Amino acid sequence: MSRVDLTPAAADILSQLKAEHGPLMFHQSGGCCDGSSPMCFAKGDFIIGESDVLLGQIDGCDFWMSEDQFEYWKHTHLTIDVTPGRGASFSLEIPLGVRFLIRSRLFEMAEYEQLPPVHMGPLATQ
Amino acid sequence: METLELVETHVNRPKFRSHYDNYIGGKWVPPVGGEYFDNQSPVDGSLIAKMPRSKAADVDMAVDAAQKAFETWGKTSATERSKILLQIADVIEKNLEFLARVETVENGKALRETMAADLPLCVDHFRYFAGVIRAEEGSATELNADTLSLIIKEPVGVVGQIIPWNFPLLMATWKLAPALAAGCCVVIKPAEQTPTSIAVLFELLEGIVPAGVVNIVHGFGPEAGKPLAQHKRVNKVAFTGETTTGRLIMQYASENLVPVTMELGGKSPNIFMKSVADADDEFFDKCVEGAVMFALNQGEICTCPSRLLVHEDIYDRFMERVIARTKAIKLGHPLDPDTMMGAQASNDQYEKILSYIDIGKQEGAEVLTGGGPADSVEGGYYIQPTIFKGHNKMRIFQEEIFGPVLSVTTFKTPEEAVSIANDTLYGLGAGFWSRDAHELYTIPRQIQAGRVWVNCYHDYPAHAPFGGYKKSGFGRENHLMMLNHYRQVKNLLISYSKNKLGFF
Repeated sequence: MSRVDLTPAAADILSQLKAEHGPLMFHQSGGCCDGSSPMCFAKGDFIIGESDVLLGQIDGCDFWMSEDQFEYWKHTHLTIDVTPGRGASFSLEIPLGVRFLIRSRLFEMAEYEQLPPVHMGPLATQ
Repeated sequence: METLELVETHVNRPKFRSHYDNYIGGKWVPPVGGEYFDNQSPVDGSLIAKMPRSKAADVDMAVDAAQKAFETWGKTSATERSKILLQIADVIEKNLEFLARVETVENGKALRETMAADLPLCVDHFRYFAGVIRAEEGSATELNADTLSLIIKEPVGVVGQIIPWNFPLLMATWKLAPALAAGCCVVIKPAEQTPTSIAVLFELLEGIVPAGVVNIVHGFGPEAGKPLAQHKRVNKVAFTGETTTGRLIMQYASENLVPVTMELGGKSPNIFMKSVADADDEFFDKCVEGAVMFALNQGEICTCPSRLLVHEDIYDRFMERVIARTKAIKLGHPLDPDTMMGAQASNDQYEKILSYIDIGKQEGAEVLTGGGPADSVEGGYYIQPTIFKGHNKMRIFQEEIFGPVLSVTTFKTPEEAVSIANDTLYGLGAGFWSRDAHELYTIPRQIQAGRVWVNCYHDYPAHAPFGGYKKSGFGRENHLMMLNHYRQVKNLLISYSKNKLGFF
């Protein structure tokens, strides 16, 4: 049981980006213009802090969110999708004319109980 | 054809050039890599113009030009800078109707808003900062009979400014006017969703702003915005955007040890106390409009009053009027002067808003009106103004949707209203409405937000400071205090004593 998945279309974009930029990471943004959207960066470009939660990995990319935001999101399963668009942030897919976005669904109670605990703070390898 | 034109009620789409270039050192400069990207209008998906796809080399050129210009601009008199700011304001005012049409085509917002709010506010902000620097003074303090402390404000130098797409010209003005007034030179990276209107404005301003004082570099965030935010010769970065990019920009600023200001959005509560419904009068009508303000600019405002908190005793009476007023919002072609709500700024924004409407329904929030896409103009991105009823722990109450989506809940006591209002990660704006003279002061003081509108909403005068608490950022915009975010303090500590200290 995972907290984050991605659609085939998003997986396609992700593999293009990996070919160009190497290993990648995601950090879920909150607030404002291009916010409430997943941001895709070269792995290590965004410094993970003690206040970040690792929700899981998608196609080898860590998916992070700030702890306080996770409090309001933890009962929902997230699927990263992609849509034509321009975005306005430093997320790496923007020059391709597409933007990652999150689609959410509520966990069933049975699923929720099976979820593994999340990791807090930077990983030892980083 | 003529018949068709007769039934169209909207004003003319302005004519654009086929492409625009970067504005560097007072010249229109093609991007080093020679690439351009399409800027499409959210009104109908049509092409506006091709814009430069700039990269680090273009940013370097712009920073060089700004640094060179700063050698003289940083030393100009307040009189000279003020005169130039006033000239900018005059040009905007003279071309207001044209620029309003440009901004509407670029961003999708209704013409009545660009005509009545965006552009007039741009004019006023330039005039305000032109005015305040003429009246400003430093200070001289005699610390003792022989020692004088002079405090002189000096511009920080070259500022990198990253502009959002929701008010392309006004947000650029909020950053440009005080920076220029303070004596800084600027490199602007407009949002890639709305890059053209500022290029159009600076064509009109040619010959007014000295070469290199304002430089505009277009392009995508990861390719042009990031090198600007990381640049070693940029002395300050001003950012409006979201939390993750905000953190990234602070991370870059920490490498260069330069200051930043951050405006990072919100989830603003709009609180209506029981007394607002004591009479069905002009003020009650104002309150109803105040609640419907969530639809201004299609909800694409950092301070969108997206959480409506209503006293439970007046809920039915108040919401009946709010829903009726929301249903009366006229959607349509943004260039039609009667249209009240236009297009969302982009397809990805449109998709994101619909994904939030979906999660709201999944979480069990009740749709009171709206709840899906609207089909105002083919090819454009239109959404119905939507009201949900739910509770404050739902994601639609906690996340900035940046669309015309209102989440309403009730409270029983003032304490509960404050508690719900402050139960959010953000603290940018808030609204408080009451007829009770006592609580008009005491309750807003308890709300953790940088701007609390009391018995009003969405007013942005140049001389009222604006900015966030909590995760909405720090630093302020507008008001003369903004000048200090673009300056540093030089202290001359002068001794008039002829006697040595006696240590050595």
